[in-house]
Amino acid sequence: MAVDAPPRPPAPATARGGLRHRLAERGVDRVLLLLLPAVLIIGLLFLYPMMYGVGLSLQPKNGGGPFGNYADFFQDSYQRSTVWKTLKLALPAALINVGASVPIAYKLRGRFRGRRVLTALLVLPVTLGTVLVADGLLRYLGPKGWFNRILLDLHLVDEPVRLIYNYWGVLFSLLITGFPFAFLLVLSYMSGIDPTLERAAATLGAGPWQRMRRIVLPLLAPGLATTFVLAFVLAFSVFPSANLVGEPAGETRVMAIAAYQAAFEKYDYSMASTIAVLMGVFELLVISVTLLLRGRLYSGPATGGKGS
Amino acid sequence: MTVETAVEKETRAGFAELRLDGVTRRFGKATALSGFDLRIRGGEFIALLGPSGCGKSTALNCLAGLLPLSDGAIWLDDERIDTLPPEKRGFGMVFQNYALFPHLSVRKNVAFGLSVRRTAKSEIAARVDEALRTVELTEHADKLPGQLSGGQQQRVAIARAIVLRPKLVLMDEPLSNLDAKLRVQMRTEIRRIHQTLGLTTVYVTHDQEEALALADRVVVLRSGQVEQIGTPEEVYTYPASTYIAGFMGYRNLLELPVLSAGDGTVTLGEKDGLTLTGVGQDPVGGGGGRAVAAVRPEDFRIAADAGADNRVTVRVEVSEFHGREVAAEGVTDDGRVVHFKSPERIAPGERVTLTVQPERVLVFGESVRAAAEAAGGTGAPDGG
Repeated sequence: MAVDAPPRPPAPATARGGLRHRLAERGVDRVLLLLLPAVLIIGLLFLYPMMYGVGLSLQPKNGGGPFGNYADFFQDSYQRSTVWKTLKLALPAALINVGASVPIAYKLRGRFRGRRVLTALLVLPVTLGTVLVADGLLRYLGPKGWFNRILLDLHLVDEPVRLIYNYWGVLFSLLITGFPFAFLLVLSYMSGIDPTLERAAATLGAGPWQRMRRIVLPLLAPGLATTFVLAFVLAFSVFPSANLVGEPAGETRVMAIAAYQAAFEKYDYSMASTIAVLMGVFELLVISVTLLLRGRLYSGPATGGKGS
Repeated sequence: MTVETAVEKETRAGFAELRLDGVTRRFGKATALSGFDLRIRGGEFIALLGPSGCGKSTALNCLAGLLPLSDGAIWLDDERIDTLPPEKRGFGMVFQNYALFPHLSVRKNVAFGLSVRRTAKSEIAARVDEALRTVELTEHADKLPGQLSGGQQQRVAIARAIVLRPKLVLMDEPLSNLDAKLRVQMRTEIRRIHQTLGLTTVYVTHDQEEALALADRVVVLRSGQVEQIGTPEEVYTYPASTYIAGFMGYRNLLELPVLSAGDGTVTLGEKDGLTLTGVGQDPVGGGGGRAVAAVRPEDFRIAADAGADNRVTVRVEVSEFHGREVAAEGVTDDGRVVHFKSPERIAPGERVTLTVQPERVLVFGESVRAAAEAAGGTGAPDGG
């Protein structure tokens, strides 16, 4: 070697960290103070009213101990049936919305002309109020609406199909208003999947269906579970459309209607609180089961390796 | 290892010739690849070399079936394959970012191609084990890709492609995401696997060192067109243009007026300035015209005596320590920048006289601008 090696530089002195450094390493520093307003708002506007409602539900108007209302609810078959009626609407609505979002999001994930316009059109129903959607459904699906007229003119049916003021009307309304949420979420999860993974699968001999089943769906599954939970919660608290396009005294007497009637028709705030708490309990049940299943899935990054 | 005959190579490769006939790909109005002709013999290792945007990745994706052709055809012996979807071609591909399936273990990643073909379980297990042994990853078989280092992920990607014993292995800059030391190691590994299995390979890279080290033949691409096809020795020793010379480590591209030409040698230079005699690569006009002299930095020697021919005197501007030698940049009296190497340390500001043997100077009758374009696209343009 013609070039001389330089002398070794001295080793740097070891750093000493104070309490502040040790706390900062655990994420405790002054930036945490920024959380204060949010914590206050959540405490005052959410936690306090919720705890107040739970307390109210434990003080029944008709006596019978703290759990009297809960016992009454489950003993009265008219009240008890609202649980099933609500689940019967919310579960299919959430499943269909998530299921329909997958193929559409799959087709829309790439870059192409008109993608934004198409996405905007699909998301448009979010901007429509429930009442507007209900009004539209009443006209479109009603006995003299286009839908029935087309069926009648084509001689597919002899008399108008009944699709409003019953279960179907509410389900359609939930599908229209709930789809954009599910679609937007699924689209963002879908865009997170590295497109080269599918190309790699193709070069390894996997056809379109196998690529979907073995690569896209497994990587999408955790996102689908999350989307399902949100879509379900949204549909479970259905109230206006159950009144407007449903049969609020019978088939679509959902839990929210039961709670409303308890509070504002019978002035039994305690019972209304009980029903509201039970709504939360059933939602939590479905969410827990979904998240438990989700925990068994792969949930790491959906990219194929280092770089690019 | 005994030297294989071409016939033996073909037998192992499973085909005689893969033919690209005028393969063209346009994106909108831009032509990424135009009229690409190439014949690949079974068992051959081909490197597609060029800077980004030269069309090499487009060519690879067309071969894989991931991009439809705008024009032209691809033939595997007598079968036309460019209309087949990628899953029907049976080619293995190693992607730049590896594209490992993150939710599958190393073993399942490697087994993927076999299991979509519904191969028997026992055969899958045996072949996956063998592939993992080849890339020395047996003890990591049950890990997820995210738990592996970059080099290990790289080897999984290779194992996944070769386990199918494909007719053709396509590699898209597979080493570009590795650090320098690992890159050299994996390069040797790829060459070793190619020699062991005899799989026909098309390898895309922008690194001329990689292309020269690995390939049986190098295809240099430029703006979607073939600039030169040849063995590494041919391309390295006789670059067909200033563009390729720039790529192959001829870092000094000096555009000068032609003083005299004849008998294969050309002398370039300016009165009272720099004069260089070299070997003419294409017909160069006698007097009046301009031509480019290409010289590798390592071919310059510091002249011991002032009487040597082909001398250039420079003032040293920058000198970089490279271990065994020093790479320096000097400026001639008329302001030309000259790159050279020296085994001795030299200080900026020193005046040194450099000399070069005439047979080490290539003279091209074209503009230097094309070459600058090529040199700009490479990371380390000293092709040693």
